[in-house]
Order: sequence, then structure tokens, then C-alpha cells
Amino acid sequence: MAELFYARDFYGKTLVELGRKDPNIVVLDADLSGSTRTALFGREFPERFFNMGVAEQNMMATASGLASCGKVVFASTFSMFASARALDQIRNTISYNNFNVKIVASHGGITVGEDGSSHQALEDISFMRVIPNMKVVVPCDAEETREAVISAYKTPGPFYIRVGRAKVPQIEGKKPFVLGQGYILNEGEDLAIISCGFMVYQALRALEILKKQGVNPYVVNIHTIKPIDEKLISELAEKVKGFVVCEEHSIIGGLGSTVAEVVSERKPLLIKRIGIRDSFGQSGTPGELLKFYGLEPENITQACLEILRNA
Amino acid sequence: MNPAKIKFLKKKANQIRKLIIKMLSRAGSGHPGGSLSCAEIITCLYFEVMRHNPKDPNWPERDRFHLSKGHACPAWYSALSLAGYFEEKHLFTLRRLGSILQGHPDRRTPGVEVASGSLGQGLSVALGMSLALRLDKRDSRVYCLMGDGEIQEGNIWEAAMASAHFKVDNLCGIVDYNRFQIDGRIEKIMNIEPLVNKWESFGWHVVQADGHNIEELLEAFGEAKQIKGKPTVIIAHTVKGKGVSFMEHVVDFHGRAPTKEEEKIALKELEDLEGFI
Repeated sequence: MAELFYARDFYGKTLVELGRKDPNIVVLDADLSGSTRTALFGREFPERFFNMGVAEQNMMATASGLASCGKVVFASTFSMFASARALDQIRNTISYNNFNVKIVASHGGITVGEDGSSHQALEDISFMRVIPNMKVVVPCDAEETREAVISAYKTPGPFYIRVGRAKVPQIEGKKPFVLGQGYILNEGEDLAIISCGFMVYQALRALEILKKQGVNPYVVNIHTIKPIDEKLISELAEKVKGFVVCEEHSIIGGLGSTVAEVVSERKPLLIKRIGIRDSFGQSGTPGELLKFYGLEPENITQACLEILRNA
Repeated sequence: MNPAKIKFLKKKANQIRKLIIKMLSRAGSGHPGGSLSCAEIITCLYFEVMRHNPKDPNWPERDRFHLSKGHACPAWYSALSLAGYFEEKHLFTLRRLGSILQGHPDRRTPGVEVASGSLGQGLSVALGMSLALRLDKRDSRVYCLMGDGEIQEGNIWEAAMASAHFKVDNLCGIVDYNRFQIDGRIEKIMNIEPLVNKWESFGWHVVQADGHNIEELLEAFGEAKQIKGKPTVIIAHTVKGKGVSFMEHVVDFHGRAPTKEEEKIALKELEDLEGFI
């Protein structure tokens, strides 16, 4: 198995690196700086780090005020509270003003585990991607998180970057991160498995199973949900009979929905969505939850085989 | 205080009131009550208290103003226009498609720093500005005008707590305490008293003033500048719809524009008032 890393460790370290180069960066957290790793920045640059306490709405609107004065602001907390809790502040004071606020949210998805439903953000991608100006990125591993954070820093305007709680394996064969451009990890035929975040790893595991059965699907990492890579998705749609789209998110409104929107306007084809099927999460180990909610490689292979049978 | 200056500011406030009535009557919708109640507050800020340059709205040394009660933008737009941020003709495009003057504040208007309209977020925005200016070692100040109904929003108190915690003494909040919100009298809909105690217990320096008395307002702003180590809030006691007899204390005019006939009467009253300044 590939080496495991916390994506949030890489986020914290990257923030410190950026902070050393640019005195204009300001970081905010809402009492979760140890978990999100913004504390690393806080230790090195205490004057540019503000712990806002358990008050996410205030944090987001304060970020907006800082950005209005020319600061590049990173604001972090858990995905649940970085999205739904402060949605109006994000829409009306960050995105509407197109301010330079980078929301980097940790603990996204079902693999939060034992904390249960109240802490498992399964709708955040959906909330964020409907907001104009907002860019939404779900990196597949720790290294890609680092690149995404740097890209967000260099790209003006608001971002939502989602990382998980658990350690995740490094993905082999990644391409350099380019905002809005997905890439193919495995050249295949007949089918494409499209994923983001940790589910890219699950897709690669599914690929191993399928290969043994003589099936060789494309495996694609779409790390940027918005702006979505319409070109890559359309090109793939011309080449295959169907897509299986995988995400640690509700099947409503996330990557699966986004891909479906693209192909249904260009070249409709069969799409199977792997994700949480319109339900809340619950407590359990990440492994147990992935199995319970059908996010395992076996679920992906099954969906692939169904498409081939129906095609 | 210089009597000529006071007279000048009183006249400005009255001009702002006339513009509010004219622009809202033409727009056919909008919020006269809470715009008229803050005319003196905005006048004092733009024509005496604040350091700003209408010819260079992005001058880094400027003081910042944020209208947290965004629906009172007709008062702000009038002040910006009179100060020279844009030509008066734009006032009469308020709320029209493509106008630089949106129904609620928006950055397409010269002089507007941050959009507002969704209540309760402005004090946080102002806190962010205060922190940024302090980090940049600028002596610019930040003024944030809030509504009295607006402070029923929880976000305001998050911001109040944080502003005291971070000791932003370059921040001055103003509450336009006109005692009405859309659905009726504040004390009946959702009581916000004891207001002074609330702000004090959150760690703010509190000054009370008659929000229509130029001298008292200028004194309050002067006092705020002197206070170190904590933010200051000015509780400005005002009259909703101030200056137009049939709008004063009338909740209906929170969110209803005057008709043509009402405009005529209102302007006549304000003209008469101006004669006494």
C-alpha cells in the first residue's frame, strides 16, 4: 500500500511556506486550528493569525473585511461549519464581492468516522458550487492538497478547498495541479471512472479488480469541481459507453451531478453515481462507513459492470 | 464648536433627506424610514469626521465606512454624491437595471468598500478592516453603521465579542436606534434592551447621543477617537422617518417609497425646515 499522509498536515506546512514569502497572508480559524493545522502558521506568525473562537459566521465576514483591505485570507474549520454554518456570509460578503478569501475546510466527507453525522459534511460541495465566483477543489491526496493551496493563493478570488480528516494514500501517476483541469490516471476503453478526493484511490483499487476481469476503464481525477473540466469530460464521453462518478459526498449536487450536467448538454450517456444516497451519515470507523454507504472498490466495479451489461 | 460648521452640516443633512425622498419616489421602492433616521450620522462622517478623498476612492490612508444596515443606502448614496464620488444624476437611476446604485450597497458604486444587505454581517466586515489596517500600521479608522433591528442577528454579537477581544480601538460602531423594525416597534417584536449594558458587557466603550444633534454626534465621534484598547459604539437615538411629518415613527415607511403626492409634501416640509437652519 502507498504511504499514508494527512492532507491537512500538508496544508499547514504549505501555509507556513507561503507566509514566509508573503507578509500579506492572514489566516483565520474557528477554534480548530490544531485539527486543520493552521496552528502551524499561528505559531510562526502570531500577529497574522487570528483564532476567531467558535464563531464561523464572524470568521467568514471578518475574512471579507480583511480581504477588502488587500489581504489574502485563508479561513479554516471543519467542512461542516465552513460551508453550511456560514453560507450566507460566504455568499454575500465573500463571493459576491469576489474577495480573495481561501476557505480550506478539513474533515470533509464520511471518513470523518466516529464523530457521526453532525460532523460529516456530505453536502458542502453542492452548497459551494452554486455560488458565483466560488472555485471548488477536492484534492486526491496530501501532495495535491499542497499544489491546490498554492494555486488558490496565486489565483484571485474565493476558493473552497476540501480535505479529509483521515490519512490518505499518495496517488501514483498524478499530473501537476492545474486549476480546472482534470487528468487521466489510467488510459482505458469502454468506460471511465471519474473521481475526486479520497475516492480516486478507491477508483484505482477498483481498476485492479476490473483488470483481472479483462475490463480496463479510464480512471480520471477531477480535482476541480468548479470550474469543471468540460473539455476532458466531453472528450471522454465520445470515447466510452458510460461513466461511474465517485465522491465522498451526497450523489445530489456534487461531482456526479456536475458531470451529469456537462454530458447531458453535450453527449448524453449512462452515468452511475457512487456516493451517499441522499442520507445522513452515522458513527463508525472510516472503513466501516465506506462499506456501509457503498463507497468501496467493489461498489465501483459493480457499477462499471452494470454499465457494460446495459451498453 | 464652530457655529458655521454646524450650520453647514445641518444643511447637508437636510440636502441628503431631500435627495432620499426624490430618489426613492423615482425608484418606486426602497426604505425611507431608516435612511432618514441616519442622515445626520452619515453627514457627520462624510463631511467632518472621516478622512477620505472622493477623487481617489481607493486612497490607502482613507478611513473606512461600512453600512451594515444596507437598506439605508439612499442616505449613503446621497452623501457619496454630494461629496463628489459620482454625479447626482446617478441617484435617479437607483434600483434600475444596470444602475451603479443597486437596491442594496454594492462595490460597483464608487465609495462602497464591501457590499451589504444581508443583515448582521457588517460589524464582522468592519472588524476585518480594523485588523487589516492595524497590521499595516495605518492610523485609518473604521466606522460601521448598524440598524437597531439588525442587532437581533447573532452574528453581530459574535463580532462584538471578537472586536473587544482583539482590542480594535480603530473601530467605531454606530447603532441607529430609531426603535422600529419592519414588523413594528422593536420592544414589541424583539426587545434589544438593555442596549448600553449589552455593549458594555461585551467590552465596548459606549457613548450615547441624540442622533439628530450634530454637536452631540461630533462630540461622540471625538470621544471614540480618544478611547484606547477597546472599540467604541455610539448609540444614536433617532427618529424613524425623521424630517417628514407623516413618516416620523411610522412603521409603514420602513420599506415603502413615497408616492408622487407624498414626495411633493415631503419636499415642501424639508424646504421649510431648511429655512430655519
